[in-house]
Amino acid sequence: MDTLCPFEHILPLCATLGDVLPIVAILIGFQVLVLRRPIANLRRVLAGMLLVLAGLAFFIQGLETALFPLGKLMAAQLTAPEFLVIDAEADSQSHWHAYFWLYLFAFSIGFATTIAEPSLIAVAIKANQVSAGAIDAWGLRIAVAIGVAVGIALGAYRIVSGTPLHYYIITGYVVVLIQTAFAPRSIVALAYDSGGVTTSTVTVPLVAALGLGLSSNIPGRNPMLDGFGLIAFASLFPIMSVMGYAQLSAFYTRLVQRRKAQPEDH
Amino acid sequence: MRSGPAPLKTLLWQAIRALLDSARDLAPIILVIAFFQLVVLRAPVPDFADLLLGTFLVLIGLTLFVQGLKLGLFPIGEAMAWDFARKGSLFWLLAFAFSLGFGTTVAEPALIAVAAEAAEVAARGGMIDAADEAKADYAEGLRLTVALAVGLAIVIGVLRILRGWPIQYLIIGGYLGVVIMTAFAPAEIIGIAYDSGGVTTSTITVPLVTALGVGLASSIEGRNPVTDGFGLIAFASLTPMIFVMGYGILI
Repeated sequence: MDTLCPFEHILPLCATLGDVLPIVAILIGFQVLVLRRPIANLRRVLAGMLLVLAGLAFFIQGLETALFPLGKLMAAQLTAPEFLVIDAEADSQSHWHAYFWLYLFAFSIGFATTIAEPSLIAVAIKANQVSAGAIDAWGLRIAVAIGVAVGIALGAYRIVSGTPLHYYIITGYVVVLIQTAFAPRSIVALAYDSGGVTTSTVTVPLVAALGLGLSSNIPGRNPMLDGFGLIAFASLFPIMSVMGYAQLSAFYTRLVQRRKAQPEDH
Repeated sequence: MRSGPAPLKTLLWQAIRALLDSARDLAPIILVIAFFQLVVLRAPVPDFADLLLGTFLVLIGLTLFVQGLKLGLFPIGEAMAWDFARKGSLFWLLAFAFSLGFGTTVAEPALIAVAAEAAEVAARGGMIDAADEAKADYAEGLRLTVALAVGLAIVIGVLRILRGWPIQYLIIGGYLGVVIMTAFAPAEIIGIAYDSGGVTTSTITVPLVTALGVGLASSIEGRNPVTDGFGLIAFASLTPMIFVMGYGILI
């Protein structure tokens, strides 16, 4: 392995290749054996695949050199008992203000990692293209990021307070169902998608570190049980925020139209 | 009309714009980490050189990835969707959908990590034997279960696009499935099951599957690429929850 991948410690090209290979094999297999058609612009597509491969390798290496160690250390420090002023006698909920920085961190790291998430960038580009510009790529990404931020902050609160995960998730589903009934048709599928898209390369490692830190330091929490669930929050809340964003912009458009229509009445 | 390669100046300008876009995407995460390190924790930045190098690599990587997306992943996903639509064989399209879902998930590093953790939880909870072999078997089974769930999800999602079923009924059905399974699944598995929905969709799968859905919806008459083209990822994050809880009940 070392002779095949001599620069693996500098750039994880082989590891990335391992992730990409099954996908490429499936694509080529079906293209050659089933579709039996040449790929249009083969050289362009190949160049694009190589760029994706190299780009991901650089991206992951950079994250692991710089942002992940610092972010994980930070999650550990912010959840350390000394920082949270946990003492065994006081009940942990009575001084929730000691958790202010923790919740702020949960919120901002959720927002920031989502903005940097490559798969969300991909979906936003596609949504913008397909809707002929009606869906703004930035607006969509910010809506998703706010959803993830709220989700992670609430998920952190859940671990601190020790309430059962499924209450939150099931309530979240009910809200999503109600919103679905009122949201503009064109956003529904995209909103559902954005939930799954957000939790990927950047978000998962940092959020997992936060969940692990919290559940091992808060008295009475079991890291094996309570550490999970943050990702679920991060995939549920963007569905609400994206539909909310579409509902608000539809409402705003109606308001503007009504304002425009009014002078004619008088 | 000008033909031939674009002048160097234009290319350079495009490269700078792409880099600036990536810098804008990365600014929030750098600001958040800097703020908490310097203001809240009041700690010095360890290894400033490493930090700078890493940030530079992330910037280059994101820029290359986004360019590659537009050149390679999006076009091939859409082209294959059109080719399958032209071929008109439902069987092969669904076989492709299943392989794409199963194949991209089964080797997903995030899933491998989660499956190993889940085996640990199960062993501590006394659901399985604490021996390494039992844990490896459990993790392997879980991984296959999730991959199967994602493969099936893409198949259902593709069928929905072909038939034009409204997405919300399928999603509501899925949610009901999750709620019902939650009532019966062992407590240890619920957190893992809920999380497994989020970790399955990797950075390469998402653009590819999105392009496939949008391509299919555009190639079929009467389908709207916005309303019908999206939604494949949604299924791929919903079915693993149901399947993992099912796995927890059975094992």
